[in-house]
Amino acid sequence: MLRHLSCLLGVWGVLSILPAHAAPPPHVVRAVASFTVLADVVAHVGGTHVSVTSLVPPDGDPHEFEPAPNDARVLRQADIVFMSGEGLESWFGRLAHAAGYRGTPVIVSNGISLYTPPGNRQEEADPHVWNNVANVIVWADNIRDALIAIDPADADSFRTSAAAYVSQLEALDRDIRARISAIPASRRRILTSHDAFGYFGRAYGVTFLAPQGLSTETEASAGDMASLITQIRANGVTTYFMENATDPRMVRQVAHATGAAPGGELYAEALSPPTGPAPDYITMMRHNTDLMLAAMRPH
Amino acid sequence: MSGLFSVLWGPFADFGFMRRALVACVTLGMGAGPVGVMLQLRRMSLIGDAMSHAILPGAAIGFLLAGGLSLTAMGLGGIGAGLGVALLAGLVSRRTHLAEDASFASFYLTSLALGVLIVSARGSNIDLLHVLFGTILAIDGPALYLMGGITTLSLGLLAVIWRPLVMECVDPGFMRMSGARGGLYHMVFLFLVVINLVAGFEALGTLMSVGMMMVPAATARLWTRRLLPMMALSALVGMGAGLVGLLVSYHCHLAAGPSIILTCSVLYILSLLASPAGIRAGNSLSL
Repeated sequence: MLRHLSCLLGVWGVLSILPAHAAPPPHVVRAVASFTVLADVVAHVGGTHVSVTSLVPPDGDPHEFEPAPNDARVLRQADIVFMSGEGLESWFGRLAHAAGYRGTPVIVSNGISLYTPPGNRQEEADPHVWNNVANVIVWADNIRDALIAIDPADADSFRTSAAAYVSQLEALDRDIRARISAIPASRRRILTSHDAFGYFGRAYGVTFLAPQGLSTETEASAGDMASLITQIRANGVTTYFMENATDPRMVRQVAHATGAAPGGELYAEALSPPTGPAPDYITMMRHNTDLMLAAMRPH
Repeated sequence: MSGLFSVLWGPFADFGFMRRALVACVTLGMGAGPVGVMLQLRRMSLIGDAMSHAILPGAAIGFLLAGGLSLTAMGLGGIGAGLGVALLAGLVSRRTHLAEDASFASFYLTSLALGVLIVSARGSNIDLLHVLFGTILAIDGPALYLMGGITTLSLGLLAVIWRPLVMECVDPGFMRMSGARGGLYHMVFLFLVVINLVAGFEALGTLMSVGMMMVPAATARLWTRRLLPMMALSALVGMGAGLVGLLVSYHCHLAAGPSIILTCSVLYILSLLASPAGIRAGNSLSL
């Protein structure tokens, strides 16, 4: 029984490999991206020559992901795999091993100058690079080069769509800068439960305060809570943002102690479903900027 | 002197969440300490652990029905699931020749598996972690009312069933011969265990709520053989550990829940070394 099964599996494996070797490069590149934000950027750069699947679904936390058998199948059939890297997708190694995926994923964050938050006890770089638009322009360049390498026949198309997308991103970047610089520097403070906006804060000059550290996995200490509350009381923050992936009780406690009010839902590390407020990267950044501006304007 | 005062009292004077956490610890210690002593005397120390897992599916169902971390829904669900497991296990052990711990083990594992199944079918893993690791720093007004109510109820009920419960504890055979309903008192007592664990999991999570129940009880047992002083001491150890643990968490920037339970453990180890019934008693026996 087992022999038959492994025979069958072997035949299936050979069949699935054959076309890649025998046929010329396929017209549509099957790309897999680790999470939704990256998948959207790949789709824009690839245009009609690439079909993209995201492993982590919309609204899913890219740090914590339990792959299903279907994800292993998608990964095995991929022509090219894109990851953000820098410790974001810690689950990828397990999935690649289980799926028997032997290729090397393209790490799109290569070439981005990383930022390690000060005072963080474990010395880890912040992986949430996409919250600075300039970093996504680097992503777009890396994705373009990787797609040209795997599908040289469509190189011109990739160059054109990448250039068009990058000019949209540059416009987005200028827009966010212009709108935030209209706010007095002393009011540019945001309280949120997830520390995913380090790059946003550094690029656009906004200070983010959070009751928990870099990840959602650690339990806060009384001392951390106290210093945060002291800080907010001193700064006069009036609005806070909760994320659905983190402990809302902690944020509520801090808000209760300081009298701040909720400001809506920021999309920090996942796109919403197509019907939601952040179906693609550019809309996500505009949505987040709108909410933050509303929170930072004097009431 | 004022320096010492600000180290010990400053955090509570300045921050509401520290005051609420302290009240939660005092309430929890007062209710769970005496119940822990009774559990220990009945040689059921590990039943508390089993029960804390049995609570999970009820809390998970409450979590899903309320669509979030709702205190009331999760508390009621937890009480329901815990009582269900306790009743079934009690029934099985009285009707079959299975010992109570064996039937408890089967039922609580069933219950735990059900809980994990329910949570992973709907929520993400992170939601489950919130139930397993509650956080004492996020206690709010309604949680305090619930915990206060549970402690009052449990101390009152303990006083009412005190004599038959102690008698059932010491000599169950006599209870049965004298025609009293030992099983009823046993069930009431298990109810007390369940509600105190539910109070604890709001504050410390299901993983660590048993710590506030069993470690102070074991510490108190080392210092006295008399029941009432033992219960009072157990409650005092729990409350004191809450105060010290919160201060440690505040000043050393350590996670609050584990700090409190580890303070209990330090008191236990010190008692082992220092008390007449501790390590020294063992030594004098062997000499």
